[in-house]
Amino acid sequence: MNYDVVIGLEIHVELLTASKLFCGCSTAFGREPNSNCCPVCLGLPGSLPVFNRRAIELALKAALALNSEVQLQSRFDRKNYFYPDLPKAYQVSQYDQPLARGGYLEVEFEDGIHRVHLERVHLEEEAGKLIHAGDSIIGAGHSLVDYNRAGIPLLEIVTAPELHSGREARYFLEDLRTVLLYSGSSDCKMEEGSLRCDANISLRPKGSRELGTKAEVKNMNSFRSVELALDYEVGRQERVLSEGGKVIQETCHWDEEKKQTIALRSKEGSSDYRYFPEPDLLPLVLESSFIEELSRQLPELPARRRERLQEQYGLEKEEAFLLTANRDLGDFFEEAAKEYPDYRHLAKWVQGDLLYQLRESLKKVDELEPGLLADLLLLLDEGKINRPVAKELLAEMVKTGADPKEMVKDRGLEQISGRDTLLPVVEKVIAENPEAVENYRRGKKKALAFLVGRVMAETQGRADPAELNRILQEKI
Amino acid sequence: MPADFVREVDYVARLARLFLEPEEKEHMAGQLSDILENARRIQELDTTGIEPTSHVTELPAVLREDRVRPSLPLERALQNAPRRKEGFVRVPRITLSEEEQE
Repeated sequence: MNYDVVIGLEIHVELLTASKLFCGCSTAFGREPNSNCCPVCLGLPGSLPVFNRRAIELALKAALALNSEVQLQSRFDRKNYFYPDLPKAYQVSQYDQPLARGGYLEVEFEDGIHRVHLERVHLEEEAGKLIHAGDSIIGAGHSLVDYNRAGIPLLEIVTAPELHSGREARYFLEDLRTVLLYSGSSDCKMEEGSLRCDANISLRPKGSRELGTKAEVKNMNSFRSVELALDYEVGRQERVLSEGGKVIQETCHWDEEKKQTIALRSKEGSSDYRYFPEPDLLPLVLESSFIEELSRQLPELPARRRERLQEQYGLEKEEAFLLTANRDLGDFFEEAAKEYPDYRHLAKWVQGDLLYQLRESLKKVDELEPGLLADLLLLLDEGKINRPVAKELLAEMVKTGADPKEMVKDRGLEQISGRDTLLPVVEKVIAENPEAVENYRRGKKKALAFLVGRVMAETQGRADPAELNRILQEKI
Repeated sequence: MPADFVREVDYVARLARLFLEPEEKEHMAGQLSDILENARRIQELDTTGIEPTSHVTELPAVLREDRVRPSLPLERALQNAPRRKEGFVRVPRITLSEEEQE
């Protein structure tokens, strides 16, 4: 039997605030364990939470960027459960009155652009971090808890069950990450856990409208592992169903080493969170003018930018994707384009040689002056330098920030293109290499490349290659 | 006391990690029954057109500026931890091993 795959994602992102959601403890990553804690985030009796304005702003910006409908009034609730990473034994979250409802993201899949809908966007507090002794969470002898993370503002984004493969889930997440980065809400560092994703996945017979029993997959630490884990889970459920078995509703843990999902049953049994309104926090009431102001503060969002890059600069779709996904590189391109009119040529250099040199020298693109690349390409177009010299200058420019015009002047790197200047050099090389000349005349075409190389060596690589070839062929 | 309420008490006690003696369960089942009876009576009221109330003050939440304030010294933060290891709180195992699951 053939099955339809139905996937819904639940994404958590830490918001980029300096202090926690309800207290003034720092949100800095990588500090000494339990050094960013106070009575509020440790859940000590008598302590009271106070909202961090910045957290609300960043949550709203993310919601707006995701086309989610911000609610003028929302409420916070206690989600009750016992787990060692939760010092109060409840998590302050939102239940039936979330910060924002609905929303969507338009994502390009292999068969075109799809609108993936969101159920909701809500704000909650982070739990602490557990470190399990032993190889994995399963069978760990004991665990260690660090509450530095507890209370960091966390945004939860829930999608409708509208994704149909591991790959679609990955594409969606990549786009979601780009949107969140543009909105400035989070740094979205999966390796530091500031963006995490859980997935609900079920299979149903093709054409059936009823959803099958779902499994929840957790612990996917990269977009790649989301794709792998979901594809693995599709295969597993398919086998179970085609053998006449039933999928059990359970939570699975993605094992990155073994590349498989493992059922994880908590000692706690089934959950019943007994949500109720958080008595220590009053409802969050927002002015529409405040929401409009935040909306105005949003930059141009990725989908729009991709379109504009193609319209305004005539870029290919792939180029527009790259320059949007890498926002700083896109900004660099657009700045340089103000001073250099051949956009396609510029784009090729930006995503080719420039990106390569940035990686080689471990530099960030925002450390580099965009006008310098424009100058370099103008020198090349005007025939003042040749391509190999341009590439060398680019490497140096990225490393030291040096001005290409000055480097050309100071080092005498101008291309030698005049026949009068090149001719004596060509004649000298011919006179010094009679063997190569003889070989060429006997039909060994490779000998020409050798002679070109000699002339380049004599001119420190500055000879105009086209002119040089012409003279050389004429003379031998 | 109806057995139903003892089952309720069992369930709630398990969620709250409370271990109750049989006589305590009986006692609490009685109390729970009274509480639910009161709730039932309140639910008889006609609340058509009345917004549910979660807070009695009609004030909105107050927001504070995003400023970092000093945290507790590590010793103070960990002073109530029953067990610790280096700077961490050490807790017993959380999940069952694969063998135990089967």
